[in-house]
Amino acid sequence: MTSTSWTAANSRRLARRERRRQLGPLAILTHVALLVWTVLTVVPILWTFLASVKSEDEIFGDAWSMPAGLQWDNFARAWEQAQIGQYMLNSVIVVSFSTFGTMLVGSMAAYVLARYPFRGNRAVYLLFVSGLAFPVYLALTPLFFVVQNMGNVPLVGPFIGLNTHAGLVLVYIAYSMPFTVFFLSAFFRTLPTAVGEAARVDGASHTRVFFQIMLPMAKPGLVSITIFNVLGQWNQYQLPLVLLQERDKWVLTQGIADISTAAGYDQDWAALFAALTLAILPMLVVYTIFQRQIQAGLTAGALK
Amino acid sequence: MFQTYRRGLFILSFLAAPVTLYLVYVISPYAQAFYIAMTDWRGVTATPNFIGFDNFIRLFSDGIFWKAVTHNAALLVLLPLLTIVIALFFAFLLNVGREGRGVAGVAGSKFYRVVFFFPQVLAVTVVAVLFQQVFRPDDSGMLNAPLMALGLGPFGFLSDPGLAFWSVLGVMVWQAVGFYVVLFSAGLASIPRDMFEAAQIDGAGRFSLFFRVTLPLLWDTVQVAWVYLGILALDVFAIVWVMTDQHGGPDFSTTVMATEIYRNAFQYFRFGYASALGVVMFFFTIGFAILSLRLSRRERIEY
Repeated sequence: MTSTSWTAANSRRLARRERRRQLGPLAILTHVALLVWTVLTVVPILWTFLASVKSEDEIFGDAWSMPAGLQWDNFARAWEQAQIGQYMLNSVIVVSFSTFGTMLVGSMAAYVLARYPFRGNRAVYLLFVSGLAFPVYLALTPLFFVVQNMGNVPLVGPFIGLNTHAGLVLVYIAYSMPFTVFFLSAFFRTLPTAVGEAARVDGASHTRVFFQIMLPMAKPGLVSITIFNVLGQWNQYQLPLVLLQERDKWVLTQGIADISTAAGYDQDWAALFAALTLAILPMLVVYTIFQRQIQAGLTAGALK
Repeated sequence: MFQTYRRGLFILSFLAAPVTLYLVYVISPYAQAFYIAMTDWRGVTATPNFIGFDNFIRLFSDGIFWKAVTHNAALLVLLPLLTIVIALFFAFLLNVGREGRGVAGVAGSKFYRVVFFFPQVLAVTVVAVLFQQVFRPDDSGMLNAPLMALGLGPFGFLSDPGLAFWSVLGVMVWQAVGFYVVLFSAGLASIPRDMFEAAQIDGAGRFSLFFRVTLPLLWDTVQVAWVYLGILALDVFAIVWVMTDQHGGPDFSTTVMATEIYRNAFQYFRFGYASALGVVMFFFTIGFAILSLRLSRRERIEY
């Protein structure tokens, strides 16, 4: 018994030595290069986490000193006074509605354009896809006035004008159309037609075929584009910067940008690091759990 | 007859909402921008005056505009170049990099792929604020502290006009690399393994494996990456606006077209002038797209 375990350990050691012998200088360089980039990626993030529990004095001291005690109230100040909690809630509200809307409206348009030939089909498709080439900055000024004018529409106006979340949701949906339609119509074209036709023969309406047969079949494509849109809309900064100017309506990206730029000298630096941590940590946790889907979702567009 | 009617109604009802939203919020602003660019509109008067191409003439003698264009152009060349070279190198190591017989990535390649992608899921504004702290100009900055310990610096990564642009470029590369490592890895995964094995049996070393097998087979994906990164370089806004001093400073040393559009429109309220800038940017983007499609036409390798 002891002798077998000894030989097993021994042979493992021999194998390890053999492997190390095979590791030429090139292989070592490979690992060094990979480790260097890992350090470059991870260290700034970890350093931010570390600074988020430091006191103000420690933050202005040596960057690499360890904190004497953990200042958890930095997080409380970030959440309450810097209103990170409010901004995060705003972001969640806006992105939930806008992503749901984008997927619903986008998949409807993509499906019809992919599966129903009619006069003008190609023109509508090209209209959507042409949006991929336009820089959003060209539209910025007129967009501001378009949304301002929407505020004067009777009845719904007050809900979709400037400084409203619903207004921003509509703008997000519109600006997500080009890629969503482009990707999903390509996806719908790859799906088999037979199932839908059989259901039509059995008397299902066009609408029912779409919601009960085509959408479930398109699930892999829908998941990819949902992830793409959630991340894109969550990280959006330019559009809310123009369209939401009232502080309590702001989304998270605006809140984060503001604590570092506007506040000036009597700035709560400890709370800034805590706010950054609050913005980074959930993203990293979600990403680590869903990394396979997220990587696939974000690269899907480029590989089509 | 009733069937065709139903079909038409269905198409109409499914397209109504997306097309309306798109026309109102996307197409109409773009169309208006071209008209506003030819006016002196400053938002105060109800009816803007039509001034033809005056905004464009002013634009071409505007030093700040040329600075912005130069920075975008530099980014257009450097960002794709650096990102693609670094990402290709890592993707190669992670997928075909293991030495010895057979084709496999180095040990721990899964771990690296997950970690390298981290920056991609962070918002650009978050990255901008984070690096503002990393780049602090004294020993409280993450980068300056070890450099000063070595007796170098301190460097004004964001306050030195000669250095600030390179800091912006560095941060953009930092954030982009992971995405392209994953993209190229996916491209590599779709190439049949026997391609590499055949080359190895024929005696190809790692260098010829990279330059004569991997790169040609991956050329399509590299082109896509080039276009994506080019558009990223032309569209850059948040990183400059949030991270740099005075939104594109110091002394306009990092400013880009998008920040100048925003500054002119929403800080100076020169809507006409800002739209003219937007129109110029539009033609740059379209020009880049056409050019890259032209230049990248090349024999496709079928496998």
